[in-house]
Amino acid sequence: MGRDLLIRVTPPAVERSAARSRGRPRSEPGIPAPLLFPAVLGVLFLVLPLIGLVIRAPWSAIGPALAEPQVGQALRLSLVSATLATLVSVVLGVPIAWVLARSTARGRTLLRALVTVPLVLPPVVGGVALFLVLGRQGIVGRWLNESFGVTIPFTTAAVVIAETFVAMPFLVISVEGALRAADARFEDVAATLGADRWTTFRRVTLPLVGATITFAGNFPGTTQTMPLAVYLALQRDPEAAIVLSLVLLAVSLATLLLLRGRWLGRTAP
Amino acid sequence: MSVEATVALRRGTLDLAVDLQVGDGEVVAVLGPNGAGKSTLLRVLAGLLRPDAGRVTVDGAAWDDGAAHVPAHRRPLGVVFQDALLFPHLTVADNVAFGLRTRGIRRPAARATAGAWLARVGLDGLGGRRPGELSGGQAQRAALARALVGDPAVLLLDEPLTALDARTRLIVRAELRRHLAEFEGSTVLVTHDPVDAMALADRVVVVEHGRVAQAGTPAEVNSRPRTDYVARLAGLSLLSGVGEGRSIRLDAGGVVAVAEEASGPVFAAVRPESVALYLSRPDGSPRNVWPARLVGATPHGATVRCELAGAVPLVADVTATAFAELGLAPGSDVWATVKASEVAVYAR
Repeated sequence: MGRDLLIRVTPPAVERSAARSRGRPRSEPGIPAPLLFPAVLGVLFLVLPLIGLVIRAPWSAIGPALAEPQVGQALRLSLVSATLATLVSVVLGVPIAWVLARSTARGRTLLRALVTVPLVLPPVVGGVALFLVLGRQGIVGRWLNESFGVTIPFTTAAVVIAETFVAMPFLVISVEGALRAADARFEDVAATLGADRWTTFRRVTLPLVGATITFAGNFPGTTQTMPLAVYLALQRDPEAAIVLSLVLLAVSLATLLLLRGRWLGRTAP
Repeated sequence: MSVEATVALRRGTLDLAVDLQVGDGEVVAVLGPNGAGKSTLLRVLAGLLRPDAGRVTVDGAAWDDGAAHVPAHRRPLGVVFQDALLFPHLTVADNVAFGLRTRGIRRPAARATAGAWLARVGLDGLGGRRPGELSGGQAQRAALARALVGDPAVLLLDEPLTALDARTRLIVRAELRRHLAEFEGSTVLVTHDPVDAMALADRVVVVEHGRVAQAGTPAEVNSRPRTDYVARLAGLSLLSGVGEGRSIRLDAGGVVAVAEEASGPVFAAVRPESVALYLSRPDGSPRNVWPARLVGATPHGATVRCELAGAVPLVADVTATAFAELGLAPGSDVWATVKASEVAVYAR
């Protein structure tokens, strides 16, 4: 939709500026200096660390580093846990987003604040909080241990839970935004065509915001696949950590450029 | 009577209290300015909005009745919205089949029925397209097919022609008229365009400020307006006064001579083309001769529509040539004449 708009809007604008510049050609698109300088500084600040990573990478040793069995194992664990976390986030997060966007129940503002807290919470605080609930002595953890003999900490389940904790708020916010932006009149039409709210959600709402869910679900999943591996590697072999960071960088960049560009047309250049 | 509705609802500045009856096979137009509550009424009939009070019954079954409320998806109705609103992720055929699928009809049967309806609205062969590939007129035809495919008891049309360009509107209006004539259920058409109402409806209900201002056949409403809004739509000057034999004393002052005896509170309606303008007081047969001042002039085809202020406020249509020859301009003082027999008088 947004892309159509861009295409439709661009030609007249181009013609106009072309007509205007016929007399005196303009070389620059014209960013005011007070905006340009901080913008360049900001980009450098964000990009320099990444460049540092690329420069310091032991390019000759990349192959062997990636081939190390422990690295591979860590990668596999990360991949599995991130996929599971994505699934859990979508299954639990999309309904939350629907409630926030569509229901008229009271307390939605409070609910939204509570659900999105993990986004702004320092990771350590989140970790401590999770440990207090799910740890062997935690509120839920002790019950799980005593009733079923299940312990959570230091298992794959713990990794999945932690990743879900961080990824789901991002998904909820994105999907809620998409639901609000989607034309609710389509849902009215569906109702007049005999669709109850669940059918409407499945056959109309979900397809309309599907692209956003694909992106919002995949992005945290992809980018969180490797941090764990990086962390594990850093403790044994800093060089391997740099290599893994590079892989992570490449994957993240690819996700941002391809997924977002393709499925969320509105943000594509 | 198929649809009987008494709807009361307050929402923001809107205070809606409207009675509406629609018979089987009848088309009732709800005509009114923006914000009058027309679309709100339609949403209540569709079940998308619960009225604060009132009753909606269709063929004897209560759709809304105090605590009882049949939700939209259980009402046998079809709705066509202003912007067609075809689901963008489905093909045109799947859009039309949607209402059949939700009502439990299997895919092959639904496809076949949808295809037949597409042919009926003149979209044969376009079923495989995406809604984005249709023109505005085609999209609105597909929306009509989608609304009618389930054989609803009630068809609701919300400004169905407003989004179309002038030429397409003419064509689609004629087609819509044909489909409405074949439709056996009750139709409610919400519109702010008097032409749509006059061309498509058996009966017109004018809603202003949440109330029914006037109801009747298109011809009645057109020739005997009861509010300034309706008079403007019909292009008439509406005067209100008290009949005193062969003359009417207007509420605003002024006296109008009429051809037939009148008494009590009455309306007098004057068509713009029956008003003649002179620069000096004419001596002639017309019994009504009033001084007036020209306050506005708008070209209207080959004529100029002149707004006159004075004891008897009128609208006059004069030819562009006459307008130029008389040297008229806003602010000009003129004399206006109307034959007594040209004034329509009816009880208030």
